[in-house]
Amino acid sequence: MSLIVDDLSIEIDGARVVDRVGFEVPAGARVGIIGESGSGKSLTALAIMGLLPDGAELRGSIRWEGRELVGLSERERAPIRGREMAMIFQEPQTALNPIRRVGAQMTEAARIHRGVRGRRAARLATELARDVGLPSPETIVSAYPHQLSGGQRQRVGIAAALAGQPSLIVADEPTTALDVTVQKGILDLLAGLVDDRDASLLFITHDLAVLAQIATHALVLDHGSIVESGEVDRLLSEPEHPVTRGLLRDAKATLWRPGGPS
Amino acid sequence: MSEIILRARGVTREFRAPRRTLFEKRTVSFALRPVDLTVRTGSSIGVIGESGSGKSTLARLLLGLDQPTSGVVEVAGHAVDAGASARELRWLRRAMGVVLQDPYGSLDPRMSVGRIVGEPLWALGIGGDRSQRVREVLTRVGLGGVEGRYPHEFSGGQRQRIALARAIVHRPRILVGDEPLSALDVTVRAQILELLNEIRREEGMTLIMISHDIGVVQNVCDEVVVMTDGDVVEQGPTSDVLGNPRHPYTKRLLAAIPTI
Repeated sequence: MSLIVDDLSIEIDGARVVDRVGFEVPAGARVGIIGESGSGKSLTALAIMGLLPDGAELRGSIRWEGRELVGLSERERAPIRGREMAMIFQEPQTALNPIRRVGAQMTEAARIHRGVRGRRAARLATELARDVGLPSPETIVSAYPHQLSGGQRQRVGIAAALAGQPSLIVADEPTTALDVTVQKGILDLLAGLVDDRDASLLFITHDLAVLAQIATHALVLDHGSIVESGEVDRLLSEPEHPVTRGLLRDAKATLWRPGGPS
Repeated sequence: MSEIILRARGVTREFRAPRRTLFEKRTVSFALRPVDLTVRTGSSIGVIGESGSGKSTLARLLLGLDQPTSGVVEVAGHAVDAGASARELRWLRRAMGVVLQDPYGSLDPRMSVGRIVGEPLWALGIGGDRSQRVREVLTRVGLGGVEGRYPHEFSGGQRQRIALARAIVHRPRILVGDEPLSALDVTVRAQILELLNEIRREEGMTLIMISHDIGVVQNVCDEVVVMTDGDVVEQGPTSDVLGNPRHPYTKRLLAAIPTI
């Protein structure tokens, strides 16, 4: 169950925003993409999910379990999205539908892809709510998004991604909008769930410290190109490319250090 | 010991909770429980806490933008009355400059950069060669010669530089930053942080920094105030509080921060 991206380029209105990007997410791996705003990391994620905005031009190859995804029609894509791969978004507030109960939103993928309905769907919703650590799982499934805190909403977003039992989870800055204590809970949860289910994870972030917590391998994107990639431990201890070094240096300037500033 | 520039004594702020039914008794929810704070001239103090901790409510009270339910805020020995007229509050506005979080929301898109940065000088009736002063501060923040341009022409980091220029143009004694670095990329954040530190030292300004980013506070502030749920749970020298946290909340907060 691996994802192989090869020579992928994305152009929007004639501007090349992702330039010949290639990488692999092997089965069970946790890979991070790191870069600043505008580096092309979110677009790369959207391209994999087949969710690029209209007018974006895609070239190159995205192979999922040996199958080419670039060039598939929406009809051919739909069965893959939600069932084989699912996405978690940055803003749990806007990613959820405000007028639908969270239980129904969590189980949508299971309903569409696996025909889970009625009592089975209700039971699944409660199970998912429990898996992602929501309080009182039996009752919270009947709540609306506005009745939940930001962290709880993100847990609903994660549950919704898990419902289709995907083997790849793409998470685009899932903790950026959250407080640090909440962030820790979500990262621990995500890592645990991915491991339990033998799924692989592609995690997009601008935060090196978050990357260090969640990913084993990472790519550094800058202006649409991969400038460096490898094991996260190595990237953080011996960064080779000036961009990586710059990111690390600047992150350290505002980084919390238990021992005090050096 | 330098003089006390700002002091809060027993400052509280209550907000009424909305009634769920027409006949329900009104309930009061606290945004801020009694806070005591002493800020000395030239020091830098960081207020840290998560969403809903009351840190921005505290900032609004210190800036005289909101009236405390009880307690007193004093700036340079004068009690602040946030209900007073704009004219009566000029002394306070002169003493303070503020940089807000969102560099896109805090600059008027229809005003030139020169007008934006010069506005405090006009509004506060500060004389002298105003355009000279505007040129000077813009150069100081690394944006010389942009007076005639408009905010949309600038990136987030440049906008935050403009906001900083506006905050210091009238030579305030206290600079308040409400999450001034939160919306910025890490490289830009490091640059703005350095600039902020330099300017503060040069001008001998007192800094009050509201932030959820403990790393920023650790790198800039001599003292820190930790808030949660409207309560100050711990305050003191940064190295003490962050190096040897005593309150369970502070411990939990620090343990949650990812490190490299």
